[in-house]
Amino acid sequence: MSLKSTLSAATALALVTAGGAYAEAHSPTITIATVNNGDMIRMQGYTDQFTEQTGINVEWVTLEENVLRQRVTTDITTSGGQFDIMTIGMYETPIWGSNGWLVPLDNLSDDYDAGDILPAMAGGLSHDGTLYAAPFYGESSMIMYRTDLMEAAGLEMPEAPTWEFIRDAAAAMTDRDNDINGICLRGKAGWGEGGAFITAMSNSFGARWFDEEWNAQFDTEAWANTVNFFKDMMDASGPAGYATNGFNENLSLFQQGNCGMWIDATVAASFVTNPNDSTVADSVGFALAPDTGLGKRSNWLWAWALAIPAGTQQQAEALQFIEWATSKDYIELVAANEGWANVPPGARTSLYENPNYQDVPFAQMTLDSILSADPQNPTVDPVPYVGVQFAAIPEFAGIASEVSQEFSAAYAGQQTVEEALAKAQDITTEAMEAAGY
Amino acid sequence: MARSTTTRRKIITTAAAWAIGFTIFFPILWTILTSFKTEAQAISDPPVFLFFDWTLENYAVVQERSNYMRFLWNSVIIAGGSTVLGVLIAVPAAWSMAFVPSRRTKDILLWMLSTKMLPAVGVLYPIYLICIELGLLDSRIALVVILMLINLPIIVWMLYTYFKEIPGEILEAARMDGASLKEEILYVLTPMAIPGIASTLLLNFILAWNEAFWTLNLTAAKAAPLTAFIASYSSPEGLFYAKLSAASTMAIAPILILGWFSQKQLVRGLTFGAVK
Repeated sequence: MSLKSTLSAATALALVTAGGAYAEAHSPTITIATVNNGDMIRMQGYTDQFTEQTGINVEWVTLEENVLRQRVTTDITTSGGQFDIMTIGMYETPIWGSNGWLVPLDNLSDDYDAGDILPAMAGGLSHDGTLYAAPFYGESSMIMYRTDLMEAAGLEMPEAPTWEFIRDAAAAMTDRDNDINGICLRGKAGWGEGGAFITAMSNSFGARWFDEEWNAQFDTEAWANTVNFFKDMMDASGPAGYATNGFNENLSLFQQGNCGMWIDATVAASFVTNPNDSTVADSVGFALAPDTGLGKRSNWLWAWALAIPAGTQQQAEALQFIEWATSKDYIELVAANEGWANVPPGARTSLYENPNYQDVPFAQMTLDSILSADPQNPTVDPVPYVGVQFAAIPEFAGIASEVSQEFSAAYAGQQTVEEALAKAQDITTEAMEAAGY
Repeated sequence: MARSTTTRRKIITTAAAWAIGFTIFFPILWTILTSFKTEAQAISDPPVFLFFDWTLENYAVVQERSNYMRFLWNSVIIAGGSTVLGVLIAVPAAWSMAFVPSRRTKDILLWMLSTKMLPAVGVLYPIYLICIELGLLDSRIALVVILMLINLPIIVWMLYTYFKEIPGEILEAARMDGASLKEEILYVLTPMAIPGIASTLLLNFILAWNEAFWTLNLTAAKAAPLTAFIASYSSPEGLFYAKLSAASTMAIAPILILGWFSQKQLVRGLTFGAVK
């Protein structure tokens, strides 16, 4: 090759490379803050396809849930503008929407079919009827149980059991000599850990956080019944140290065959039935979360959703990404590559009408659980707040964290249930008065 | 008799030292071992110690999911930059406090240290707003300056302690020989305090490397260091211990290697002047 042609080829290559670099540097880039869970991580793997389709680059900031919450709260309250899309939940969305911190998602395209979003999800992610975040996936809670242990105990799990049945079944399945605990539940302090569980459970016992005048209700018989029932059952049939167990600890126990039953997030179903991680994958059954016959079950409702902070300079690009990531096409894309069991669940009605998805063992129970939770009317008696396992007011996270610490101390035997409830009443009353309710 | 007592004491002391050292190191060792297990082995009960099928799969997954080198580079710049900048400012400050003290020197030292007692979250919003105004959010410059300021009291205190051990007469002699202030600090004081300065550098590098409040709160995609890298593998729902351990091992590896190679210097510096 002559010097001239070599130089020409080198120049052409340099121009093409420089052109590519220029195009990449000057194409829009959106930054997305998100949580570390399987569905979100999977979505990051498909981002290149979005970039190919739209020319929009995507930068991911993945953080642990509590760190993310603190991080995005700081940013949105100071108009920091660090993120173009934030992954937030059902707790934050209505509060931030009402504060004007989020861009209303009222101009979604017809192709997107916003009417297909499950009504329970759309309701929990709206304020005054306006959607502020698009659900990427949704979850409720349900019972996961060992079919072999249930059979050995001579029992049959009803599709919609009562708490009395669960307590008796747990006692029958418990075999502490062989490290089998009849039931594993969250007792860990934290409003999103043990606090979420006991709040959802209290709904089924007729308890509520506040009456219609925003008065704390921990001095009621319903709350005493809830916490006493929980503690008595866990002392008799739960694992040692349950007061410090959260989702991850119970997941490990269940996967290792140390739990007869586990009531927790529906997203756990895919973990406990995965033979690579779970030693009991082939003997897991599912049932609705228990009730006491008062008309409310003890399952919660949650969604991780994508929202656009009001201060972003790239609103159009962010909206484009949200439409792509929460679309029916995205679900099809994941199903085609990784199977229907791995698509993000709980967001769209059409997913549950899909015959392919109906073959997934936990699909129907997940849907039934989601549909049986009503964030607008979460309790037996009326309440002034929205939310099943939380009250969607800014003060709730702080109050519930303190209250759940008192409950955990009672589970650990450091104080009585009565003392814990009395302290919870004082903490809540004081905080609500200080907040001007 | 006396000889056997001494030997026995030596054996006991050595065994105790190894036991304490192993206990302190065990969590790190366990993290490293877990990073080579499968997820099922990572949570198995009873736990497996050494006899399992070693795998590099977790490292492959972490490498595929995250741009490790970018996080590492940010950590090096932030920790290194803040440490060097801090020492540059602290050396003259510690010199003046050690060799030309005023009546208020002790109070100033104590006041400087008392700023460490303020919870970081108490100044999160003001600093966040300043960073917004200056356009320094998600930038390494902001973190270099902030971590330098946070660690400055410790750097000054450490250097002050080392400088106090150096006889003032030597500096006086240098002055008598016509050394300027700059020459006195650069060519007389600094060489004598090298072990102290080295251990100060190392300790503050480690502190800055491990800092996880400001580095998480002031960064997003561009300036995030290894603390953000680890945080991205933690989850309240669905924690993958083996992958988290792999990420943790990758995050602590550089500082472990640095500590290993500089342990002599570090110990010498930390015990400098401890026994007269």
